[in-house]
Amino acid sequence: MSIFTRGFSGRGRDDNPALPPGQYLTEDFPVLSAGPTPTVDKADWEFTITTETGETHRWNWEQFMALKIDQVDTDIHCVTRWSKLGTSWRGVSLDTLFADVETSAGYTMAHSYGGYTTNVPLDDLLDGKAWIAFEFDGEDLDPEHGGPARLLVPHLYFWKSAKWVRGLTMMENDDPGFWEQNGYHTYGDPWQEQRYW
Amino acid sequence: MVGAWLVGTVAETRKETSTGRSILLDVPDWPGNIAGQHVDVRLTAPDGYQATRSYSVASAGDGSRVQLAVDRLPTGEVSPYLVDDLMTGDLLEVRGPLGGWFVWKPEQTAPVQLIAGGSGVVPLVAMLRSHGASGSTAPMQLLYSVRAPHDRFFADELETLGNVTYAYTRAVPAGWPSPPGRLTKDALAAATLPASESPAVFVCGPTGFVEAVATWLVELGHEPGAVKTERFGG
Repeated sequence: MSIFTRGFSGRGRDDNPALPPGQYLTEDFPVLSAGPTPTVDKADWEFTITTETGETHRWNWEQFMALKIDQVDTDIHCVTRWSKLGTSWRGVSLDTLFADVETSAGYTMAHSYGGYTTNVPLDDLLDGKAWIAFEFDGEDLDPEHGGPARLLVPHLYFWKSAKWVRGLTMMENDDPGFWEQNGYHTYGDPWQEQRYW
Repeated sequence: MVGAWLVGTVAETRKETSTGRSILLDVPDWPGNIAGQHVDVRLTAPDGYQATRSYSVASAGDGSRVQLAVDRLPTGEVSPYLVDDLMTGDLLEVRGPLGGWFVWKPEQTAPVQLIAGGSGVVPLVAMLRSHGASGSTAPMQLLYSVRAPHDRFFADELETLGNVTYAYTRAVPAGWPSPPGRLTKDALAAATLPASESPAVFVCGPTGFVEAVATWLVELGHEPGAVKTERFGG
């Protein structure tokens, strides 16, 4: 049961149905990260998927750019309560990247240049739900927003969309990643307000 | 575990700058907090509409007193209420403490360099207070970049909390040895613990400030993993 706040009438009442509970709209693109922005040269960049048997699938930048590229128009929701609607990205679908990957594990850990990790169930990466994105609003993705490439899982809070992503490791169990060990929810559904544990 | 919403009572508010104030809350069920953690603050309008934002806590340790310091964002919804309208005796709902990364604990023995931009000083003040209260012997110093002398949060207390260096970007106090200007990499190097001392570094401020400072720190030889950042506006 909440109390009323004396003298507060509120400004928002943004009843946009695209806005999850507890979120407000922003036109900016705020940044949330835990440390310095790593410098990642496309010439050195690679993306890997490593299965539970240790088998590794590997793409360098050139091989990655030769894959089918999707245009993605989506809303994004940060756990710090801003949402940005109708953002425009280009990237490679995880369906494309997992096409030849044999795994029976149900979970993934995304690893980033710079050491960041986040855990995402495999089901949340497949069926057109996630991408490795390298372009935002028609421009190369800025380093501070995760460039050269970041994971894009827009149906979960945006910390799951790991910046500077370098690979996915399959896991049998849903082990917590970096923010998940530091207080954020293990799954992070914005429509359920799964912010913290 | 983040617990339930707690009801706090405003014990005191104090004007800190032309756009910011500190707010001391009495929260009987507050579990205590580590220096650097946040709290969610929830406002509820008469029709049930709610707005919630996270704020850094300026206080640290046990006890039921929680101090926030809030800068008014011109386009904000919650910060103008907290800075302009909230009064002593008002009730305020909070939930926390939150966050386990951007924190300093008294048992940490490494030297500590704190670097603040504007109201980003708030969680770093909590660290200085925790450091002082615990009698920690770890060296700890603050570089505080701020527009002008009257924009400093906790200005008087910082005089007594120890080793603070100011970098003024728009206006300097009378007799200040250098003109105002944006912090540079050289000035940063001169005013902070060198990488050779392997300090734990905490940087908090607006995104552009944090991005620039963190990049310079790495260029100056600091281990990226030793530099913890927190940005507001996002």
